Amino acid sequence: MKFWIPAICILVLGVALPLAPINEYVFYAGYVVLTFVVMATAWNILGGYAGYVNFGPPAFFGIGSYAAVVLFKSMNAPLAVQIAGAALMGGLLGLGVGVLTLRLRGIFFAIATVAITFILETLMTNWRYVGGATGLQLLRPPVELYESYTRMLFAVMAGMSVGAVAIARYIQTSWLGRGLRSLRDSEEAAEASGVPTLKLKLFACAVSGALMGAAGAPMPMYLSFIEPPSTFNLSYTVGSLGGAIIGGAGHWAGPIVGAILLGTLQQIVTVTVSGEMNVLVVGVLLVVFVVAAPEGILGLARKIIRR
Amino acid sequence: MFSLDLLLEALVFGVLLGCFYAAVSIGLSVSFGLLDVPNVAHPAIMVLGSYATWVLAARTGLDPLLAGVLIMPVFFVFGVLVYRFYYETFERRGSEAGVRGLAFFFGLAFIVEVGLILAFGVDQRSVEAAYIGRSFSFGDYRIPMRMIVAFAVALVLTFGLSIFLRSTFVGRAIKAVAQDEPALRLMGANPVRIKQWAFGIATGVSALAGAMLIIVSPVEPAMDRLYIGRTFCVVVLAGLGSMTGTLAAGLILGVVESVVLMQFGASWAPAVAFGLLLVVLGIRPQGLFGR
Repeated sequence: MKFWIPAICILVLGVALPLAPINEYVFYAGYVVLTFVVMATAWNILGGYAGYVNFGPPAFFGIGSYAAVVLFKSMNAPLAVQIAGAALMGGLLGLGVGVLTLRLRGIFFAIATVAITFILETLMTNWRYVGGATGLQLLRPPVELYESYTRMLFAVMAGMSVGAVAIARYIQTSWLGRGLRSLRDSEEAAEASGVPTLKLKLFACAVSGALMGAAGAPMPMYLSFIEPPSTFNLSYTVGSLGGAIIGGAGHWAGPIVGAILLGTLQQIVTVTVSGEMNVLVVGVLLVVFVVAAPEGILGLARKIIRR
Repeated sequence: MFSLDLLLEALVFGVLLGCFYAAVSIGLSVSFGLLDVPNVAHPAIMVLGSYATWVLAARTGLDPLLAGVLIMPVFFVFGVLVYRFYYETFERRGSEAGVRGLAFFFGLAFIVEVGLILAFGVDQRSVEAAYIGRSFSFGDYRIPMRMIVAFAVALVLTFGLSIFLRSTFVGRAIKAVAQDEPALRLMGANPVRIKQWAFGIATGVSALAGAMLIIVSPVEPAMDRLYIGRTFCVVVLAGLGSMTGTLAAGLILGVVESVVLMQFGASWAPAVAFGLLLVVLGIRPQGLFGR
């Protein structure tokens, strides 16, 4: 209840806020921040709980975006179907990555996920149906209830954020989370103690991938455009990993704090300074945090409270 | 369309390209292969070397290759400092160094890349020298002169480093630290100092590799992303820390990439290194000449 009452309040707020007469830009920027909340939360399930560093969030995000585009272009599917399809593709890709990298840990796993990102980008660059290298313009369907499509997408992403956090929290507090943490500390010891390490790893890969895929689904509609380089951009990696680590990896609340802080800061820097500078800010913050405060903001807060 | 002539040309070009790939990977082969440092920032540091070469060559009119040699000591010191910092903050504390060490080098790569964009913009940069733009022909084949220069430097670099590791005191110490660090400690040697030299050498070599990169093709800041695939593919395929293996693996990648380029076109080329890397990781993670 301590979790669910605030969660439902935030959900209602996220859905109702876009109905209010607030400046459109708030939702335009807020949508991106919420996307990073989902991405960082998803990254945390594999990276924070199980200790597997995924450098390939853009692969999952991108496959979600392209799945949505294919569904939209081929059968004019509504957004909900696009998101479901994207989550399915992301989950399948996660499962595939898990199976392919069974024996890999640490940097090998991380590099394999980078490889998958670039291979998917190359595949999409060469696939004419989804626009290939030049990209594809998309016409947004009319929107009901909300004043604009962006406002509607904000509400959808708010819902997905709450959903993703609820899933991450459930995993963390159940036996699944304990199993994943034992994977992180010592895979051999966990296996020897009867923890189903393989199944848990595949499960974490699939859930994390599905959430990232879902987060990518509305992006083409948000931009009214899709092209491979920006969809499979490694800056999504910095955002997801940075959000989780800066907030505090390993706890479900960490990525929320980190992603909201980072995302908001990025939006401010993009507007006031430049787009390049916002990536630099995240990179610098990421390095500062892994060096000086490895437990993230949550860890810092815990230290202050304990004193 | 498939022709023997075209295939032969692809092979020749692939061999040249392969040597170049071996040379750009040799620094990583030391830092990651021998020292187990998750140095994903290696390609970014190499591109930094390209820009340093470009600045020096453009300002002073020096030959880019000479400029590359001149910046090596600066990069050596930079490498020593980076390793010192990495050791003090991650390796020494031990716990969870995997996730944090990776995140550190990934963040470093991004800072270098974006720093270059802020300093020099996103435009492509290239250097000039007598051998750039000319080509060397025998029979019907034409081979760009700059590939031959890169090929020669690559061979010197790979064999030089290989001999250095095999027959000098410091080189053997570096191999020893890779083989059995606790034993080295028991012998009264300081593994951290040896590793910092090794990392410095790896970084210095990357600077020269960066100079070759800008000789072979124009360079832009985000180029390091592609080279994550190429360098890691070569190092993993070689088997961690094997110098001659690095040359062999570079040749394999160069030939495969060149054949794919000729047969399927440039749009498929980026996937070759990453695809090969995935195949190696999936089938034989210890590589061809794994230790």
